[in-house]
Amino acid sequence: MNRRLATGAARRKGYRGMEYETVIGLEVHVELKTESKVFCHSTTGFGGDPNSHVCPVCLGLPGVLPVVNRQVVEWAILLGLAINCRIASFSKFDRKNYYYPDMPKNYQISQYDLPICLGGHLDIEADGVKKRIGITRLHMEEDTGKLVHQGTITTTPYSLVDYNRAGIPLLEIVSEPDMSSPLEARAYAEKLRQIIVYTGVSDGKMEEGSLRCDANVSVRPRGSTRLGTKAEIKNMNSFRALQRALTYEVERQIGVLEEGGRVVQETRTWDEGKGVTLSLRSKEQAHDYRYFPDPDLVPLVIDPAWVEEIRACLPELPEARSARYVEKLGLSAYDAGVLTAEKSLADYFEACLALYPEAKAVANWVMGDLARLLNAAGQSVDQGRVTPERLVGLLQLIDRGEISGKMAKDVLEAMFATGADAVRVVREKGLSQISDEGAILEVIRRVLTENANVVADFRAGKDRALGFLVGQVMKKTRGQANPDAVNRLLRETLQEQG
Amino acid sequence: MISEKDVDYVALLGRLKLTDEERKLYTGQLNNILEHFDRLKELDTAEVPPTAHVLPLKNVFRADRTGPDLAPEQVLAGAPDRDGRYFKVPRIV
Repeated sequence: MNRRLATGAARRKGYRGMEYETVIGLEVHVELKTESKVFCHSTTGFGGDPNSHVCPVCLGLPGVLPVVNRQVVEWAILLGLAINCRIASFSKFDRKNYYYPDMPKNYQISQYDLPICLGGHLDIEADGVKKRIGITRLHMEEDTGKLVHQGTITTTPYSLVDYNRAGIPLLEIVSEPDMSSPLEARAYAEKLRQIIVYTGVSDGKMEEGSLRCDANVSVRPRGSTRLGTKAEIKNMNSFRALQRALTYEVERQIGVLEEGGRVVQETRTWDEGKGVTLSLRSKEQAHDYRYFPDPDLVPLVIDPAWVEEIRACLPELPEARSARYVEKLGLSAYDAGVLTAEKSLADYFEACLALYPEAKAVANWVMGDLARLLNAAGQSVDQGRVTPERLVGLLQLIDRGEISGKMAKDVLEAMFATGADAVRVVREKGLSQISDEGAILEVIRRVLTENANVVADFRAGKDRALGFLVGQVMKKTRGQANPDAVNRLLRETLQEQG
Repeated sequence: MISEKDVDYVALLGRLKLTDEERKLYTGQLNNILEHFDRLKELDTAEVPPTAHVLPLKNVFRADRTGPDLAPEQVLAGAPDRDGRYFKVPRIV
């Protein structure tokens, strides 16, 4: 397909003048960062030899009894509250039966008809337009094992299975089909991730698979109320990939309809390298998972007092934090949005403020030079070597006039590279600004003697001559003199002499 | 009524291979079970909550603590085939 890719507009026009609208719903899986798995005591630790983080329960051996990890239930409720869900008073676990060796027991423990959280929403903004996206449900389940194929799944002679990931707790968050463009879908996924990271239940790293996103996509003629046949898109490993894959898929489906074909209900995988979605296997013969209540696990009865206890643990969420920065700290809405986008950045900003309560100055350094250095190094702020104490140390040197704001940029760069504090960098580089008035006066007297004709011009009323004299002083001090002091002392000296 | 085709479908989902005799036998048995459920359906259950579990238990939790994992040789002891520390399975699709 060589047609131009959609830009993310809600409606697309086909070749024949038919207008289409896009309907997208997302299923997000998030891995919780508990110590142990959801139904057994095996570790959730990353890495390790294949099949080294397993026990009889997560291997599905006969006669074992899974027991739910209390932390998983509490975090499910916590995240549910953060995305405005209703917490069910009664909930249970079910078996989802299928034959696929990614689970050793031929079923996955999940929640079917009585999930723990229902009916939430998130407010997003895409292309400057605000929109509320409904959330159908949030439920708990166990992650599956990892399959290793020799080549692709369809051509491999056999597959290898590692069950280290099997049984790691997952929360699945299912949205309503409320998104009408790939851009909105991306905005929703990013917002959801932001909230997940704020609540601290997961690190939300899409590249490492701790946050995974599947999309249901369909198109329909504009104004139609019936949903078109949907395709489920998998294997989108970044927010950018999500937007690209959906943009491609929308165009593909419109192309099929325009050519008089029909969209097939199926699972498709995003091929990042080729930039296309590919059919995985036809879903026309729908899966029959034969869900039934898991007799190994007893129901959950969630008492309102418990929910309130958990609600009290909710951290300040990004929207509230951003609003506080605007109202209490006097930052612009833009700055507040940038600072609160990542929890780690907002935490860093506030750690600086606790030591140095000048919100605007701190914000400018954090969002400007520090962010630039972090981005270039591909680091997040909590990985960087410039701790809040060190950044504040730098700001204090500027305040004391020991270095200029311009010099401070170079000092920060050196601090970032070496991990040294500001005072040491200034000392080692000999950068210290000359604020010693005696030393500056000495240079000024020399400059005035050497430039008698310019001094005469100044006395004749040529104000610009002063700028030349300032320049000469700065040159002789190799830029290390405090410019304010130079200006003031130069005027004073000229007056005295005149 | 359950047909022999339904039984074939359920057998497929359960990865069971049935002989003609077995298919006939199970079709009959499954229909007997369903007939019994038809009788149960005659009861008025409007006031009875659905059963999620047969035991009168709720909220059984474990603390989020790790315990010992199984030794590698024990993990793979029951595996029909292996490759190093991996389970090895036939082609899936």
